[in-house]
Amino acid sequence: MLLAFDWTQLAQQIVIGLASGGVWATLAVALVVIYRSTGVINFAQGEMAMFSTFIAWSLVHHGFSYWGAFFLTLAISFAGGVAIERAVIRPVERAPVLTVVIVTLGLFFVVNGAARWIWSPETRSLPNAFSTRPIDVAGVAFSISDLGTIAVSLGAVALLWVFFRFTKLGLASRAAAVNPEATRLVGVRVSWMLALGWGLAAAMGAVSGMLTAPALASFDQNLMQPILLYAFAGAVLGGIDSPLGAVIGSLLLGVLVNLLGTYVDWVGSELRLPVALAVILGVLLIRPAGLFGRPVEQRV
Amino acid sequence: MGRRALGIALWVAVVAVILVAYAFAPRLVSDFHSRDLAEAGIFFIAIVGLNLLTGYTGQISLGHGALMAVGGYTTAALMVHEHWRDVWTIPLAGLTAGVVGFLIGLPALRLSGLYLAMATFAFAVAMPSLLRKFSGLTGGGQGLRMLEDAPLQITGLSGTVTIFGHSMTQNHFLYYLAWGIGLVGFLIAWLIVRSRVGRTFRAVRDSEVAATSAGINLAWTKTFAFAISGVYAGVAGGLLATQNQIVNPLTFTFLLSIVLLVGTVVGGLGSLPGMVVGAFFVEYLPDVSTHVSTAPGVPDFVYGAAIIVVMILLPTGVGGLLKRVARPLTTRLYLRP
Repeated sequence: MLLAFDWTQLAQQIVIGLASGGVWATLAVALVVIYRSTGVINFAQGEMAMFSTFIAWSLVHHGFSYWGAFFLTLAISFAGGVAIERAVIRPVERAPVLTVVIVTLGLFFVVNGAARWIWSPETRSLPNAFSTRPIDVAGVAFSISDLGTIAVSLGAVALLWVFFRFTKLGLASRAAAVNPEATRLVGVRVSWMLALGWGLAAAMGAVSGMLTAPALASFDQNLMQPILLYAFAGAVLGGIDSPLGAVIGSLLLGVLVNLLGTYVDWVGSELRLPVALAVILGVLLIRPAGLFGRPVEQRV
Repeated sequence: MGRRALGIALWVAVVAVILVAYAFAPRLVSDFHSRDLAEAGIFFIAIVGLNLLTGYTGQISLGHGALMAVGGYTTAALMVHEHWRDVWTIPLAGLTAGVVGFLIGLPALRLSGLYLAMATFAFAVAMPSLLRKFSGLTGGGQGLRMLEDAPLQITGLSGTVTIFGHSMTQNHFLYYLAWGIGLVGFLIAWLIVRSRVGRTFRAVRDSEVAATSAGINLAWTKTFAFAISGVYAGVAGGLLATQNQIVNPLTFTFLLSIVLLVGTVVGGLGSLPGMVVGAFFVEYLPDVSTHVSTAPGVPDFVYGAAIIVVMILLPTGVGGLLKRVARPLTTRLYLRP
């Protein structure tokens, strides 16, 4: 039995899992960025990413190359994220947390509705971002598309990390998230830092959307909803306040889901998400703040 | 007349208005529309329960739609497999969902905030798959059809229902049933909130550490809140099954959990009267937004925009507004002269 085990297949399945995990990681990091700045899970994150993907589709449709559309869409999404924060989140900045959560739920319907209003609800497709040719690594065939997806998503996350870690603006926005009052006292415009967070999150979401769409034969306005579920699960698994945790959590989840679907017959495609969620629940019961999250300690 | 007497008179008047509205509301609308009113009553029951959990105990649940599924399937399975009459299944629907609510409450002993939301969310997302998987009991993706498989157990299928000598149409009966249970549920919730249990709920919400220090049993309080909230959801689910005469995995999607949360927050966390408005909001908003335009996407756009506008205008929900309006009045009435 052991001899018959196909190690090549295992390696391929792990890479496929990492590719989907990488896409979830970009969206999961977007969730973490907003969680750290606004203190809520943005339920509209997936729909914002879908909207960005449709913008990219329009650009490609008007003659842009995939990568030209990719970077232009990132810029548009950033502006869109900032605009959304200014328009609907800022008015409820001081409201109870659940009120802000409900606003993001409202935003979910608004963005989804707007996308179906602007682009009629029919399926469409994006060209492949990468060559579909397989590549041979140490005797095992991997798809270039999967490896490219992993590279682009992790590259985007790394760029974001560099921004937060090594730039003055990044420092200011981290400070605004940790201690708004003190940050305001040293002259940072805290409210605009939140808007910056929303812009960056929207751009990260756009990356995940534009990597998801070409891999599908066709997509419609519901394309990001399952991705958001996995990204949420990945972010919580890693610890919702930790960007690194979100990346590792999403990658682990990607591999786990894919291996479960491949090797455990009764899981199949139907029970993938429930089983993955059950595993996460198990992890959370042992580590209640996720793998990399800080336990919340509060002063009474 | 003293102020105290005036206060009591005001209470009596409010109760009388509620009872009169309950008795006569269906006369004002068509038979067809009293079905919508009944559905609003079902939402009312579920979000009063959710408010006990989220508004008063501070535990977020994204899984209440799945608890309604437990209740709905209990009703359907008892009718189809055991040939129970529909109305008699409803207490058991509440009880089953209460037990399941208690079980989901167990992770709440270790998890808080978003991590707890994640646990309840997992439950909601897994529910449709589980319902399809255990098809022997649940009928799989087809669901259970009471109209075909248990027509004799449906009250009022022949056209009219007679209670205490009054005969009424089936939709009117459903309205009286849903809002009758809703009013009883409201009263029970009100009693809970004003009792010692309600105070421990709020203590846990405001600070778990302080509540424990004051001798409150955190584990018992949280799981009890989940269980009682589950009973409300289960009763609502049982009623929804009774009204629809069919249950399938699509009846109880994750969206239902979201809708319940929207109703609770719009109604106002920690306010029971606000729940009436919350229930009507989630019941009628989809209809209203379809009236604006039926072009693809527009109803959803209007629906979402309405939610956002309400939240911006009333950050603490309708309950917060009611408290602000009523405070000058009640302070005057209860102040000693």
